Amino acid sequence: MTRFLLWWLLLIAQPTLAAGIQVTDDRGVTHRFAAPPQRIVSMLPSLTESVCALGGCARLVGVDRYSNWPASVEKLPRLGGLDDALIEGIAALRPEVVLASTSAQSLDRLDALGLKVLRLKSDSHADTRRTLGLLAELLGSPEQAAQVWAAVERDLAAAAARVPPALRGAKVYFEIGGGPYAAGRSSFIGETMTRLGLVNIVPAELGPFPKLNPEFVLRARPDVVMGVQHEAAAMAQRPGWAQLPALQQGRRCDLPTAQYEIMGRPGPRLGEAAGLLADCLQRVGTMAGAGR
Amino acid sequence: MALPQAASPATASRPAPGAADHLRQRRRLLGWLGLGLLVGLLAGLVTGSAGFSLETLQSDLAGEQAWLILGEIRAPRTLGAALVGALLGLGGALAQGLFRNPLADPYLLGAAAGAGLAVVLVLAGATLGGLQLSLTAALWLERVGLVMAAFIGAVGGVTLTLLLARGALHTTRLLLSGVVLAVLLGALSDLVTVVSPDALRGKQAFMLGSTSFLGWSSVALMAAGLTMLLGLALRHARALDALTLGEDSAASLGLDLGRVRLLLVLLLSGATALAVSQAGLVAFVGLVAPHLVRRHAPGAHAWLLAASALMGAVLLLVADVISRALIAPQELPVGVVTAVLGGLYLCLLLNRRVRGG
Repeated sequence: MTRFLLWWLLLIAQPTLAAGIQVTDDRGVTHRFAAPPQRIVSMLPSLTESVCALGGCARLVGVDRYSNWPASVEKLPRLGGLDDALIEGIAALRPEVVLASTSAQSLDRLDALGLKVLRLKSDSHADTRRTLGLLAELLGSPEQAAQVWAAVERDLAAAAARVPPALRGAKVYFEIGGGPYAAGRSSFIGETMTRLGLVNIVPAELGPFPKLNPEFVLRARPDVVMGVQHEAAAMAQRPGWAQLPALQQGRRCDLPTAQYEIMGRPGPRLGEAAGLLADCLQRVGTMAGAGR
Repeated sequence: MALPQAASPATASRPAPGAADHLRQRRRLLGWLGLGLLVGLLAGLVTGSAGFSLETLQSDLAGEQAWLILGEIRAPRTLGAALVGALLGLGGALAQGLFRNPLADPYLLGAAAGAGLAVVLVLAGATLGGLQLSLTAALWLERVGLVMAAFIGAVGGVTLTLLLARGALHTTRLLLSGVVLAVLLGALSDLVTVVSPDALRGKQAFMLGSTSFLGWSSVALMAAGLTMLLGLALRHARALDALTLGEDSAASLGLDLGRVRLLLVLLLSGATALAVSQAGLVAFVGLVAPHLVRRHAPGAHAWLLAASALMGAVLLLVADVISRALIAPQELPVGVVTAVLGGLYLCLLLNRRVRGG
């Protein structure tokens, strides 16, 4: 019996000799596929968008609760969120690969069930680019990644060029939620702001999303204030905030929820997000210069 | 945990042995608390986005934004922290007297869970995808604002608890109802955050407490509320004293248990709702403040209520200054600081009791 087990172990430990696909995820786990997987489950909106941008939309058999772009994914089975994934539902779809983030704990059950879970980090522009490359390999069309990324870069450059000259180097405060939590320079949104030639008032050493002392924002006197639209009214009512020159002169970008959602998604619409900020800055541009 | 209970009131005609000692203890505690309040308020004024720094204070005072930074933000939030602490301390003392249980805290009766649910509903607001809220309802939710929603939610939570317990006559039933409702309402707000993940960050900020946005209007509101609630509570302090003797004794003293309890529940929920709506669910202050008072200067409830309010004010002031200074210009949620301090204190107390027998 023991001998049989040993033989068996030796057998499965053999590296596959077939010229398959081999990808290493951000937890350092290497997965091998004999052929590009045809049944994919994506548990993160940014990964769903990346797969679709690379032409793999038709291979998605299920997505997480929050994936909502492109419109075609709305019809797919919904499999919960990263922290409360529907393990049974995912297993029933017999996916050849499940795409998730590195922080997903609830998917460890899937490993035990013998499913291949690819855990990918997406905190920065560089992560997004690397992930696109990895997914393109996986889909069996590695040349696609460069094309998608080139489009992103084009959008980024176009957005940066559209920022009015008067607002280049403008000090910007981007609020993530009440609290006040801000998007710092080291965050994904912060990187986009830097690409647009804006100066984030939150230095990198404070981390990606610090909860700030409100005094810090008032002292920094940002030229432009950005945030989600439904928080806009409350912002001016905070003690002392009505004195912020940016709020007094209406130099603010209040993003509707749908646009705000794009901002924080490290995927192929990254350039589009930068474009939305550029649109707003063009509107604000006419009022710049004051309060500097 | 057999913690010291409030001593039965010493009758004025025949001072009990040790009454003079107690008086001295109370005076000493009052002195310390007064000093703590003064030091806390000053430290709060000196602690800004540069941390605790006298140089920055000097340059601030000379700067053009002096009134804005110090007068509009730092002063009201420091005073506000003291007032929130006082309300929670008062609420805690009322709860512990009402339930004759040293582990009772002001959030027991569903106030916290109700406020939490209301806040999450407002945060989720229009984005309650899938639930198809009518547009008018969504707009109304957004207009109400978090403070009002939290207040309504807290009062609503307590009202539901009272309905479930059919009034305030039976404390055990009241406690059970509070626990059941907290579970139910908590589950509901979790459900809302699942549907609308946008509400999560705001919910977390509310759950951990924050004094960031306390302005002069909040300070005025809380000061008025505290004055009224403390005044009413002091007038009924004798009833709490009678209750410590047991329900039968209290009834034989001619106390209308149902009515008095209901009034005390209303005072407790008023104090809690006011504090929670302004600063979120700050942990532990309501539990620990009355303990500290009883431990260092036991006395009748009139003393306990007033001193617990003062103790709560000092505790939250200290916690607030720490939360602002520790990682400036970032802030820790003040509830995390109070939970750590309170938890450590209770550990210490428990350890001492276990070893000291």
